[in-house]
Amino acid sequence: MPVLAQADLRLDAGPLDYALLAVYFVFVLGIGFLARRSVSSSLDFLLSGRSLPAWVTGLAFISANLGAIELLGMAANGAQYGMATVHYYWIGAIPAMVFLGLVMMPFYYGSKVRSVPEFLRRRFGTGAHLVNALSFAAAQVLIAGVNLYALAFLLNLMLGWPIPFSVVIAAAIVLTYTALGGLSAAIYNEVLQFFVIVAALLPLTIVGLHKVGGWQGLVDKVTAGPGGAEQLSAWPATELTGIQNPVLSVIGIVFGLGFVLSFGYWTTNFAEVQRALSAKSMSAARRTPIIGAYPKALIPFVIIIPGIIAAVVVPELAALKAGDGSAGVVYNNALPALIGELLPNGMLGIAITGLLASFMAGVAANVSSFNTVFTYDLWQDYVRKDRPDEYYLRVGRLATIGGTLVAIGTAFLAAGYGNIMDYIQALFSFFNAPLFATFILGMFWKRMSAAAGWTGLVAGTLAAVVVFVLAETGAVDLPGQGASFVGAGAAFVVDIVVSVAVTMWTRPVPEERLVGLVWSMTPKENRRHSTTGEDAGWYRSPALLGIGVLVLTVVLNIVFG
Amino acid sequence: MVRKAGLFDLRLVIAMLFAVYGVVLVVVGLGFTDEADLARADGLNINLWTGVGMLVLAALFALWAFLRPVVVPDEVDGDLKAGDQV
Repeated sequence: MPVLAQADLRLDAGPLDYALLAVYFVFVLGIGFLARRSVSSSLDFLLSGRSLPAWVTGLAFISANLGAIELLGMAANGAQYGMATVHYYWIGAIPAMVFLGLVMMPFYYGSKVRSVPEFLRRRFGTGAHLVNALSFAAAQVLIAGVNLYALAFLLNLMLGWPIPFSVVIAAAIVLTYTALGGLSAAIYNEVLQFFVIVAALLPLTIVGLHKVGGWQGLVDKVTAGPGGAEQLSAWPATELTGIQNPVLSVIGIVFGLGFVLSFGYWTTNFAEVQRALSAKSMSAARRTPIIGAYPKALIPFVIIIPGIIAAVVVPELAALKAGDGSAGVVYNNALPALIGELLPNGMLGIAITGLLASFMAGVAANVSSFNTVFTYDLWQDYVRKDRPDEYYLRVGRLATIGGTLVAIGTAFLAAGYGNIMDYIQALFSFFNAPLFATFILGMFWKRMSAAAGWTGLVAGTLAAVVVFVLAETGAVDLPGQGASFVGAGAAFVVDIVVSVAVTMWTRPVPEERLVGLVWSMTPKENRRHSTTGEDAGWYRSPALLGIGVLVLTVVLNIVFG
Repeated sequence: MVRKAGLFDLRLVIAMLFAVYGVVLVVVGLGFTDEADLARADGLNINLWTGVGMLVLAALFALWAFLRPVVVPDEVDGDLKAGDQV
């Protein structure tokens, strides 16, 4: 997290810029009020009544992940490591998104579960369900708080707003539209946010490239700079992984980032999967992550390249990169610093709006997935069963309010103790790491027992903790991002080993309960999607779209590798 | 399962936001850009060009919404139309 020194990043925003920001807030709240009219049941509120078209859910799918911590962090990585950062997008997202759409979505959407933890409950029963539902719900509200604090910190730096003021205002706006319009409002705003973020970053990239003399100018300047020409190629990314041997570095990227970390995140994180579950048909649900994959493959050009440009154009950052950090600037400032350097009033307002939009997208995704898991997986399953639906709609609204309040509390806590944010994020990466192993085994191996479900998750989480502690204490030397790759890999392997071992000694789940949840127990027609009406046409085929984006990613890797 | 097909048309909301932004930026780019603003953006009138781009985006979304309107099932009361927002 950005623990920043006293670098001067104050932007000279004028009345025009604030007016553009205000217009955006009017639209955001307006969407909340309009979406409210269509909420008449808990399913409407928490899953948009499963009614949204694929382009909407697809854009929301990546927008939910396009929070500002991600935005600032990836621009920072671009400034520090160069083109290798694209791996977080190309290797670290695209294959997993296609896999989710083609392979896993038939089980998620087809089984009519309302959340990812609910899938675990039906497949493995209470143990695995509780582990996942509790850790996910806690993670979402705490991470929402971290997001809020990061937002307030940035606004303080750029505009001089007091931190408590920004925390409360941002939380109030997100709360208003999510409590009114539920997931629909969150998703519609995510789509709007996506376009505003692009509208902010694309001109910034163009001006930046113009400033450095076009692409060739950037290539020349980076080659002559402290990072050297290495920073212009994505492979083998030894600097990024911290693994000196190029072959091992590539293996680390492909398996650690590309396989374990990214599949764990994209295919089992309910904040993402929820967007697909709100789609109006199986076909639309399968297309959701795949449609999202196209902009995901292209968006690094307006995030990472500005980061690289910032390290050349902004004098303080260039000095930092050359080893002189006395100006007090850190890599996380790359994006705001470039905005301040290049954009005049007007575009400045759009850029500030874009950054704010991306923060709110992150917070709203956290809150709107938290309230669903809280309502359906915790309250309905363990506290108050069998109430009428209006009751759960009310619980959903109250959970939205309660979750936001906890997030505000977390934000103030983070404001007091900066490192707490690092630990919160590390903590929840532990829970995320083994999930994919349990899901993939559970979906394709009908013998896997209920006990194996929760023991695998717990053992995998512990393995990630062990690697983290070893790396923190210096017992294993893994600089850069290497530790998180290795930790995720260990969690995956341990989860598989423990799940298989425990299954051998315990009774399997009765087969009749696995229909729709396990591949071999699900009739082929249940896994099919319709190809008529609004799902007709070759350009709506999930498989074709999926192959298309994989080809695009390979081409991008060849051109920019 | 018969559901309300469209809450309101998101495409028109997007078109409206970018129409407003586009007009403002074009006006600022044409009428209120001084030498200092130009110098900051390396000689590009970035407000003007972004504004034009936004207007094109707004027009495309409006066109899409116009050509392929959301089909609302009969039983839904007709008060949820696009355009009644903000």
